[in-house]
Amino acid sequence: MIPTSTNASTRARILPGLAAVAAMALSISACGGAKVGQDTAAPSGGSGKCGSVNLAVNAWVGYRADAAVVSYVAEHQLGCKVVKKNLDEQVSWQGFGTGEVDAILENWGHEDLAQKYITEQKVAQDAGQTGNIGVIGWYVPPFLAKEHPDIVDWKNLNKYADLFKTSESGGKGELLDGDPGFVTNDGALVKNLNLDYKVVYAGSEAALITSFRMAESTQKPMIGYFYSPQWFLADVPLVKVNLPPYTTGCDAVPAKVGCDYPPYNLNKVVSTKFAQSGSPAYRLVKGFHWTNDDQNAVAKSIQGGMSDDAAAKKWVEANPGQVKAWLGS
Amino acid sequence: MTAITAVRTGVRPFRGAITIGVLLVWLLAFTVLRGQDTLTLGAADVTSLHTRLNDLNDAVGANRNSNPLFLYFFNEIRLVIDHLTLFISALVSQPSYGRPVPLAGWLGVVAVLGFGSWALGNLKVGLLAVVGFIFMGLQGLWQESMDTFALTLAAVLVALVVGIPLGVWAGVSDRVNRVVTPLLDFMQTMPTFVYLAPLTLVFLIGPASAVIATLIYAAPPVIRITAHGIRQTPPETVEAAGSLGTTRPQMLAKVMLPMAKRTIVIGVNQTIMAALSMVTIAALIDAPGLGRVVLQSLQSLDVGTAFNAGLSIVIMAIVFDRVTTAASVRVELARRTGSERAASVRKVGLVVGAVGTALCLYLSYTYVWAAEFPTGIDLGSPISGFATSVTDWAQVHLSVLTGDFKDVVTNDLLNPFQSLLTDSPWWLLTFVLVALAAIAGSIRGALTTATCLLLIVGTGLWSDAMSTLAATLLATIAVMALGLVFGVWMGRSRRADRVIRPALDAAQTMPSFVYLVPFVALFAASRFTGIAAGVVYAAPVVIKIIADGIAAVSPTTIEAATAAGSSSWQIITKVQLPLSLRTLGLAMNQGLIYVLSMVVVGGLVGGGALGYDVVAGFRQNALFGKGLAAGLAIVLLGLMLDRLTQSVARRADARTDHSHP
Repeated sequence: MIPTSTNASTRARILPGLAAVAAMALSISACGGAKVGQDTAAPSGGSGKCGSVNLAVNAWVGYRADAAVVSYVAEHQLGCKVVKKNLDEQVSWQGFGTGEVDAILENWGHEDLAQKYITEQKVAQDAGQTGNIGVIGWYVPPFLAKEHPDIVDWKNLNKYADLFKTSESGGKGELLDGDPGFVTNDGALVKNLNLDYKVVYAGSEAALITSFRMAESTQKPMIGYFYSPQWFLADVPLVKVNLPPYTTGCDAVPAKVGCDYPPYNLNKVVSTKFAQSGSPAYRLVKGFHWTNDDQNAVAKSIQGGMSDDAAAKKWVEANPGQVKAWLGS
Repeated sequence: MTAITAVRTGVRPFRGAITIGVLLVWLLAFTVLRGQDTLTLGAADVTSLHTRLNDLNDAVGANRNSNPLFLYFFNEIRLVIDHLTLFISALVSQPSYGRPVPLAGWLGVVAVLGFGSWALGNLKVGLLAVVGFIFMGLQGLWQESMDTFALTLAAVLVALVVGIPLGVWAGVSDRVNRVVTPLLDFMQTMPTFVYLAPLTLVFLIGPASAVIATLIYAAPPVIRITAHGIRQTPPETVEAAGSLGTTRPQMLAKVMLPMAKRTIVIGVNQTIMAALSMVTIAALIDAPGLGRVVLQSLQSLDVGTAFNAGLSIVIMAIVFDRVTTAASVRVELARRTGSERAASVRKVGLVVGAVGTALCLYLSYTYVWAAEFPTGIDLGSPISGFATSVTDWAQVHLSVLTGDFKDVVTNDLLNPFQSLLTDSPWWLLTFVLVALAAIAGSIRGALTTATCLLLIVGTGLWSDAMSTLAATLLATIAVMALGLVFGVWMGRSRRADRVIRPALDAAQTMPSFVYLVPFVALFAASRFTGIAAGVVYAAPVVIKIIADGIAAVSPTTIEAATAAGSSSWQIITKVQLPLSLRTLGLAMNQGLIYVLSMVVVGGLVGGGALGYDVVAGFRQNALFGKGLAAGLAIVLLGLMLDRLTQSVARRADARTDHSHP
């Protein structure tokens, strides 16, 4: 638009401004409306003896369920101010060192990080089990297990390798792994069990879940790494393949592993500073303990579109005894 | 690459013969030596270099409380940026100063943005800003949009405060320019995932880390373009001013800066776009806002909600793009025309607008209805529902078709090509690539290629790097094909341009995380999906560059050709394309760099190779060093491809000038 000095363009420039002013003047006189800060009571929580708690929130729905319930109880029953920090696992552990994270609520193994931050730097400590049992393994979509019931025994996997060929597997069967952050021995397992498979890395949890979902809905054979508790298993009940059973120490040397994954007792980790603070929130985190079903119930509500807080409220109100036990310890 | 060789054969046949000779030697040697010296490394294996890089990371963590560099430098930077960001958040997004809401509510923010856009640009973009931001609110994402807005604003402000002076300096000093350019290349091609975790060690988890992560990627464009603008001052003008006795500072302030103003505004535009493209990644280290919505919906495969947030980012990007573009036009016009009457009329308008805006700000400070975005109308649910049903439909009805397409392309194109690169002995491939660089480009280009390739061997990730190279080249060919078809169409038809351009803007600014899930559903977790993500991101840029090049071909030349009885096809192939060779070179260069910047995203959907290594380095402490090495390999690939295409383009350019005296 090239500026000219005609009257038309003068009007075009001033009119919108005048209109806006007129509209504003009207709205002021017509509706005043409620004033900011007038109707709100004193802000809840935030002060008192509890102070503020920094919770790491890792990127899976099960963890979000843990965080939702612990925050709800901390805020509404203890009067704490909870600061949720959405972080990756590794960054969360780093946060113990920099004082930015007080607690991780669902830790899956991570022996290297535990070694670094608990044993060496002593900035973090174990705060007990969550009660959730993590099961890692190889899974197939339900339609496939129904079609070939013997596929759930690892000894028969080579027989079915052809079913799992893809453009990525170089003529072998494809074993799909997910997020590079998750605990996996799959490369060693394939080699040590002499399986005619190639591990293909999907690269993210979302890609892995999408692959399983598509496999079931289009009835396309697939086998891949998965784990419970996981909200997706309620949607599509994947069937676990039995690898040679786990015995203590059979996974001692990573390159030589030829057995199934151990069951993981998921635990909580807190910063040493937080543990020594005497905060009631620390007692809550330490006492927090529930089952896979409990977590799935909350995760399912969140999944169904409920806000984290509302989902937590629903569960807490249905299980007052359990919550009381956490706080009592 | 083949296209350029083909062009060359026409001019200097012997070059073509040598090229074919080199390729034949390669194929022959490949059949004999296949699988030897391929330098492969397992997914979980590391080299001693990777372990040493790991130790470096640990050292940073261990010394951060005692090292003076932290105590007096990094911590100070963090404090300043934290305060700036928290202050902007207090203005527009977060409850502040004991109030349950931020200082300015939605009405105030919309008024300021609308008025500001009008004042800086024109009335049209002012209205666009108002409608765009209200739309974000109607999607139910006002709070998240404001968090993203505040963070982006902080990052852009810091980028401009640091970047414009640096760009001016690089513009007036060749030496500074030589030092800064490779540094900027590095900042733009090093994948953010690599330094995201260390960043939180240095600047802690908080706004500062998110802003700095954004800044590293977003500052280079404004520095580069400012320097370019300063350099563009015509030498005659400088000489004329110099002969009048102008001092250096005066020259800068009175001659160079005013003449470069418009170019600098374009730099600001590019910096804003780059900052918005970091929104999702910054969310990985707790940056609030739309990026977090995208990531959280990704966990539960909720494509619809991710699309809502993505759409808000796209709209924000388009608003800022149009406003800064209009502002650069205004700067240009103000410099050229100076009608006093128009200026005074505008002044009156601005005063009236300012009063209205101040009123809106007051209202939004005082009254709840103007502070909190009304929840009455919900556009978010229908839009997300629509997005979900479209993707569901596509997944059910198209996945067989798309799966077959993926298989054909992978088996007939990608696999053989990748095998040629990864299964050749490393020294053979290095020889071939260096020879090709020497033939198609220059000796200097060949030297750069050799250096980059040897350094890639040094990273210990040769094989992965060659897989990535194969995927990158294939994606670039697809991008160029799309660029030629759509670019020529848009360059020849203004109407096509007007319809297609907004779609390109959307494809370019929609966070890739939004379409990853549907892509995996359609093409499985595969290298093809990684390539497809790269194509979606890079094609818009290439199409726009080619369209601009075609549109810039002088109309008289085309009229002459039409009068001589040429058909449309002849005009395109004999006139328009040959005359935009320089543009095609630029398009290919940018296409390669943009494709390469999506390698990491490809790693999230089955792309494997370097992308996967980088993601693994971010996710696993033990693989940090390997991820860093993979990031370096990506930088080296980028450097090599960039210098190579530039030297090829220069040669083509020299020839064109020569043949059209």
